[in-house]
Amino acid sequence: MTLSAAPAALAVEAQKKGKAPARRDRLTSWLIFVVIAVYFLLPLAATFYWSLRAEKGVLGFEAYRRLFADARFLPAFSESIVNAIVAIILSLLIIVPTAYWVTLRLPRLRPVVEFITLLPFVIPAIVLVFGIIRLYSRPPLLLTATYDSSRVVLVCVYAALSFPYMFRSVDNGLRAMDVRTLTEAAQSLGANWATILGQVIFPNLRVALLSGALLTFAIVIGELTIALFMAQQTLGPYMANLTRSKVYEPSAMAIVAFSITWAAMGLIAYISSERKRL
Amino acid sequence: MSGGFLTLEGVRKEFNGALAVDTFDLEVAQGEFVSFLGPSGCGKTTTLRMVAGFEQPSSGTIRLAGKDVTLTKPNQRNIGMVFQSYALFPNMTVGRNVGFGLKVRGRPKEEVATRVREMLELIQMGHLEKRYPYQLSGGQQQRVALARALAIKPQVLLLDEPLSALDAKIRVELRSEIRRIQRELQITTVYVTHDQEEALSLSDRIVVMSAGRIEQVGTPFDIYNFPKSAFVASFVGTLNRLHVTVADSRQGTVHYDGQSVRLGGPTPEHADGSKVVMMLRPEELHLGDGGGENRLNGTVSSVTFLGSVVRVRVRVGEADLTLDVLNERRLHLPEVGQAQTVTFPSHACWVLAEN
Repeated sequence: MTLSAAPAALAVEAQKKGKAPARRDRLTSWLIFVVIAVYFLLPLAATFYWSLRAEKGVLGFEAYRRLFADARFLPAFSESIVNAIVAIILSLLIIVPTAYWVTLRLPRLRPVVEFITLLPFVIPAIVLVFGIIRLYSRPPLLLTATYDSSRVVLVCVYAALSFPYMFRSVDNGLRAMDVRTLTEAAQSLGANWATILGQVIFPNLRVALLSGALLTFAIVIGELTIALFMAQQTLGPYMANLTRSKVYEPSAMAIVAFSITWAAMGLIAYISSERKRL
Repeated sequence: MSGGFLTLEGVRKEFNGALAVDTFDLEVAQGEFVSFLGPSGCGKTTTLRMVAGFEQPSSGTIRLAGKDVTLTKPNQRNIGMVFQSYALFPNMTVGRNVGFGLKVRGRPKEEVATRVREMLELIQMGHLEKRYPYQLSGGQQQRVALARALAIKPQVLLLDEPLSALDAKIRVELRSEIRRIQRELQITTVYVTHDQEEALSLSDRIVVMSAGRIEQVGTPFDIYNFPKSAFVASFVGTLNRLHVTVADSRQGTVHYDGQSVRLGGPTPEHADGSKVVMMLRPEELHLGDGGGENRLNGTVSSVTFLGSVVRVRVRVGEADLTLDVLNERRLHLPEVGQAQTVTFPSHACWVLAEN
């Protein structure tokens, strides 16, 4: 009896000892989470609080009302949205076939393509924009002469800025499926390249494509440096101007911009959680 | 089986200077079931992929129904292919997967729907048309892949280790299903496998390959009973190999461990006193007397119960002789360490030069 009870007691003791560090670990994790949350959320909460103080003595949404009532806001906002959508389409048209071909036929070139797509991270935006202006503001590539032609250049630059995110999203999506076998299966059934891309590869990449597209959208929507130097009236320069002339509206604008970005991120998270089903 | 519906003439394939397939010549008759059998890296899948058009031969010609298709694109060959990993399109239902080939060929919707129903009936999965691949088991997915490949009425069906990813029970079931469907449709089929049991049970003919070359082409019976090389003999089935000395080539006798063995006939190609390898299949050997005129004495080294058969190993000289005894309730199993005589008929053994 004693012999059998002793190991049981030891086991209970060990279990207790095991539980205590586990509880301590959980507490530490929570503490780290709270510290980081405060670090990130406190400035945001302060900005939000400030944006509610437009009317003297009361907290309200007056700054937001003024913002949306500003005749320059909606054109700038819609121009940014259009720029983002066109940049996404352009980026998809460049990245998807490239990533597909690298996966299928040129896997040795993957590091080179990865490096090229990472260049927008390496080159500062200010360097990029001056390079672009120098290149495209003299013949034979005079593309910054008018507002609209500059806008075309801007959208192309945004597409290039999205390459790091888009390539990684698409590449992850392609790695998650057996691209080579699916392609060969479709080929053996008589499909040409356009059918394979349109009916087999694109539909199976939709989660990855959406992730890349939403990330691009989040970056482009509030971009300032390049738009400012290319004299574009998008949301970024509008926000910068607002900061110089108003007190409470810039805070409201910051909250609106944050909300858009967070909505995009939330959508990515939601779609990713659906990935298993797809 | 004469007259090549699918013909490979002197087909070679090199990858960056490394030879993968060396001068492959084969004629497959219409409606024939041919298997490529060999270990990993022997070139069987590369050969199949050249037939499918996914790889271009470095030299040689591939003809299909008399037409040279060596340089024809895979999507213009009318060849159905089933892959090891099923390769069903995850975004499409079973029905859409099966109808994909017809749809890209621009067939009318009604024809596609009818053919899809026919194919699903053929694989006995008519009730699962609306399911997605992820909702099916591995065996069901491979059935759908087979139906999809057959839906386009291909001239040749290619199967690349289609059962390798399945568990043993499903593998056996699907094996007979593939053979039934192939016989029913009389479709010319090339099947790649490294599993000798699959090749033996399914094929009209087997092409045994090693290091990019054809070792032997023949019926399963010929390949198993009359292997032309030591490689084929050892790769197909279990084999006992004894290093023996030719005692009298005209009489067809050899010596092993001081004991004399009579072969099925004279061996004029081997000089007296030369070292050769004697081959024996386990099922030709018998424990105790009564199994034939040859007898070798040794000691039981292991006894393994496998259900329907009991595998016994008898140590004779430097080698273990493996033999299978059919199980029955009244069987008296020998004990390890016990002295044992093994007998076998002279026609059961054949010799090949060493190497």
